[in-house]
Amino acid sequence: MHPIDPDDALVLYGQRFDSRLLLGTARYPSPAVMEAAIRRARPAMVTASLRRQNLGSATTERLPNAFWELLRQLKVPVLPNTAGCHSLQEAITTAHMAREVFATDWIKLELIGDDYTLQPDTLNLVEASERLIKDGFKVLPYCTEDLVLCRRLVDVGCQAVMPWAAPIGTGKGPVNPYAMQMLRERLDVPMIVDAGLGLPSHACQVMEWGFDAVLLNTAVALAQDPVRMAGAFADAVAAGRGARLGGAMAEQHAAQPSTPVLGTPFWHQN
Amino acid sequence: MKVLINQLPHDLPEGASLAVALVRIEARPPFATAVNQQFVPSTQHASTLLRDGDDIEIIQPVTGG
Repeated sequence: MHPIDPDDALVLYGQRFDSRLLLGTARYPSPAVMEAAIRRARPAMVTASLRRQNLGSATTERLPNAFWELLRQLKVPVLPNTAGCHSLQEAITTAHMAREVFATDWIKLELIGDDYTLQPDTLNLVEASERLIKDGFKVLPYCTEDLVLCRRLVDVGCQAVMPWAAPIGTGKGPVNPYAMQMLRERLDVPMIVDAGLGLPSHACQVMEWGFDAVLLNTAVALAQDPVRMAGAFADAVAAGRGARLGGAMAEQHAAQPSTPVLGTPFWHQN
Repeated sequence: MKVLINQLPHDLPEGASLAVALVRIEARPPFATAVNQQFVPSTQHASTLLRDGDDIEIIQPVTGG
């Protein structure tokens, strides 16, 4: 399943990854299911986040951080996010805290501008990216499919961008295929489709369009069988990538027989 | 002096450092800290002196998308 082509690695900020799927760690029915899904999908990175430590005194709150222990056992690179940040300062501070906790320069920069759609704050995202890059971060900005925004992000040093396909957690698949394909056509940096995918066919579709990777969470975590779905997405990503590299035939208006006509028995011209 | 730690009020001795506060509340690694929305690296916990009214955040890894 989803064989890895060593000659077709995903390269982000000069680092090679054998998978073109990034997987979230939230909303699974249990830690065991999450672990099995990660092992099945073999993602390039897994995302994680930061929340306030519960300083209560109840017995369950004094237990070691089980999620942290699981991450260490899995040995998959971690991509921390700044989920829930609504201001420039919040995002920057959270990124620095994430760097210390996870001991990584990678950051999935989420700067939310609208709580209903979870649309990124496109007006402040560029400055946030620029400041974090100057601070030595490898920034993967969660953005929209807006071409000019993505270009500005690249201008300030982002070596990859992560446009959404649809609002986070909707599972709608690409809601603006024209803009996404135009974005792919106009911008020559690695692009990871982040958010809004619901089906493996959505992942396959964006990979066929030439996007370099996909980042998923809810579509796997809320599937009836998350482990099986994780494998299905990994296969779809590989299939879409293979199709992109294979080069699709040119679509034709009229039917053309695939079997040679010459020598057809009983044939006569109508 | 009174400070907020993860939005809960705490009484600390005047001039207490962030390191003292972390011991007092039994913060459990792994964690990272910020004071008044500014990141404070672990190397500066001992040298960061708190003031009355400071807003301290202590965060830990959790699942995320």
